[in-house]
Amino acid sequence: MNHKLIFSISWSLMKARWKQTLIAAVGVTFSITMFIALLSFMTGLNGLLDGLVLNRTPHVRIYNDIKPSKHQPVNLSGEYKQSYNFIKSVKSASGRQEIYNSAAILQLLKNDNRVVGIAPKIIAPVFFNAGTIDITGVINGIDVQSESALFHFNDYIITGKAIDLKNVPNSIILGKGVADKLLADPGDVLQVTTSQGDIMPLKVVGYFQSGLQDFDKVQCYTSINTAQKLLGKPNNYLTDIQVKLTDLNQAPVVAKEYGALFQADTEDIQTANSQFETGSFIRTLISYSVGITLLIVAGFGIYNILNMMIYEKMDAIAIMKATGFSGSDVNRIFIVIALSIGFFGGVIGLFLGFGLSVVIDNIPFRTAALPTITTFPVNYNPAFYFIGAIFSLVTTYFAGYFPARKASKVDPVIIIRGK
Amino acid sequence: MSEVILQASHISKSFHDPVTIPVLNDLSLSINKGEFVSVVGKSGCGKSTLLYILSTMDTDYEGQLWIDQQLVTNQKEKQLARIRNEKIGFVFQFHYLLNEFSVLRNVMLPGLKLNKYGEQEIEHRAMERLKMLHIDDLALKSANQLSGGQKQRVAIARALINDPAIIMGDEPTGNLDKKNGQIVFDIFKELSLKYQQTLLIVTHDPEFAENTNRIIEMEDGRIIRQ
Repeated sequence: MNHKLIFSISWSLMKARWKQTLIAAVGVTFSITMFIALLSFMTGLNGLLDGLVLNRTPHVRIYNDIKPSKHQPVNLSGEYKQSYNFIKSVKSASGRQEIYNSAAILQLLKNDNRVVGIAPKIIAPVFFNAGTIDITGVINGIDVQSESALFHFNDYIITGKAIDLKNVPNSIILGKGVADKLLADPGDVLQVTTSQGDIMPLKVVGYFQSGLQDFDKVQCYTSINTAQKLLGKPNNYLTDIQVKLTDLNQAPVVAKEYGALFQADTEDIQTANSQFETGSFIRTLISYSVGITLLIVAGFGIYNILNMMIYEKMDAIAIMKATGFSGSDVNRIFIVIALSIGFFGGVIGLFLGFGLSVVIDNIPFRTAALPTITTFPVNYNPAFYFIGAIFSLVTTYFAGYFPARKASKVDPVIIIRGK
Repeated sequence: MSEVILQASHISKSFHDPVTIPVLNDLSLSINKGEFVSVVGKSGCGKSTLLYILSTMDTDYEGQLWIDQQLVTNQKEKQLARIRNEKIGFVFQFHYLLNEFSVLRNVMLPGLKLNKYGEQEIEHRAMERLKMLHIDDLALKSANQLSGGQKQRVAIARALINDPAIIMGDEPTGNLDKKNGQIVFDIFKELSLKYQQTLLIVTHDPEFAENTNRIIEMEDGRIIRQ
C-alpha cells in the first residue's frame, strides 16, 4: 500500500481547509493542556494534603495498648477448659505501656530488609503549668535524627532548630497552639507535671506547626532521654516503635506479623488513615473525568470538521474511487487527517500543559498551616503526559472513524450521476 | 483487431425502490481492441446505467462481465478498485478534478495509486500526456484556474495515465460548447486512430456518434442496433 500517496492526499485536503483543521487542532491542544495542568495540580495538591498526615504517620506502629487481657485466668486453667466460663465486669489490666525487650526488637527491625527505617518514641500525657491553670498536652520523646529522616520533622519546625532537642539538655519544642496558650517564648522554662505527679522544668527551644490545629494544640516534642528522665524510667524505656517500610502496601501484612512476633499491638497506616486514601482517590477521579470530558468535547469538534470536509469533498472522493482508490484507501486518508490533528494538537498540548504546570508551580501560595510551602504544589508525573498523548490519539481516532467510514462508503455512481 | 477488451453477457438490472423497475434487460455486447464505440439512446433508456456496470462501479446486476479477459463479476471491492485503476480510464460530463492539487498532480494521482512506476517516471508520463493534448503549459496551475474545455482535456490526460485497456466516457462533451466539444472529439478520434485506444462513449450528441466506428443504440434497456 502506498502510504506516501495517502499522506500527501491527506495533507492536501488539510491544507485546503487549514482554518478548520487549525481550529480542530487547537481544540485538542486546549484539552490536552488543561488535562495535564489539571492533573498535575490536583495530584500535587493531593500529595500535599496526604503528606500532611501520611508523612508523619508510620507505616507500622508497634505499641502496647491499654485493654483487658485476652486470656482471662479462668480460661487458662485446665480444670475449667471443658466448661463455659462467664466472666462479668472485666476491667483493663494495669499493664505497663512500655514495649518489652525494646533493644532486641530494634536490633531485629534494623536487620529486616523490608524496613527503610525505624524511629523509637515515648508518648507521655502531661500537664503544662501556667499560672493558675494547667493545660493538658502530650509529650513525644523522639530520636530527632531518625524522626527528621523518616517523618520530615524538620519541615514543621517554624522557630528554632530540631537538633537543639538533642543538643540542649531538658529542652522542649512546643506545638504552636500550646505555645500560644502558654505565652511561652523560646528560652522560657516551663513546668511540666506528669500523670504520676512528678514535676520537671523544661526549656523551650522552638515551635512546631503541623498544619493540623488540633494536633498543634496538644503535641510537644522532647528527646527520648528527656522523656525517660521526665517519667523516671530507665534508658531502654520506649512506648512506641515507628517503622517505615519500603512498600507501603505491605504494611497490613507486616503489622500482623510483628504483632504476633513481638506480642505487642500493631497498627498499619491503611487502618489508621483509610479516609485519606478515599479523599485522594475521589479527587484524582474528578480530575481525570474533567480532563477526559475536555478531550471528548475536542473529539466532537474533530468529528464535525471531518464530517463537513467529507460533504464538501464528496466529488473528490467519488472521482478518487472511480479512478481506482478503494474504500479502505479513502478511509485511511480521513483517519490520517484525524490522527494528524490529534497528534500535532496533542504534542503542542503536552508542551503547553507542561508550561502551564510550571506557571502554576510558581504562583505564590502561603498558608499558616503549611510553613514549608511557598508556591502551589505541582506533580510532574510523566504518566499524565503519557496518558494525555495516548488519549488524544484514541479520541481523535474515534472522532475520525465514523466520518472516515462514511467517506469510504460513498458510492461514486450516485455522486457522478447526480450532476 | 480481434482481441476482445470488454465482454458483457446477459446483463440485467432493476431498480427496486420503491417498486421494481427493470432498467437493463438481458443485454450482451463485446468490444474489441481499438474500437471507438458510442452508445446512444433517449434519456432513461439505461445507457448510463450500463456504463456504470461496465465500469465496475455498479456491482448490483445479473449477468457476467469480462474486462481484458478477466472476469469482473462478483469480485471484491478492493479488486474492482484495482481493475478500474489499471484497466479503465474515465471521462465524465463534469471534469471532477481535485482543486487541492495542481493539474500535473491531478493527472498523476491514478498513476501514483497504481504504483507501477516511480514518482519521477509518473511525472514524466503525465507531462507526455499533457503535451499530447497541448496543455503542458498548464501543468503547474491549480485545477480551478482552467476553463471548461481545458479541464476536460486534463481529465482525458488523467484517464490516459495508466495506459488503460479502455476509456469510458459519460457524455464527455455534454458540458462543453461546440468548439471545445469538437476539440475533445478530435482527441478521442486521434487516440483511436493513432494509438489504437479502445473507447466507449455514452453520448446524446448524434453528430458525435455518427463519427465513431460503431454505434450502439439503446431503447428501454435493450440494444436495438449495434
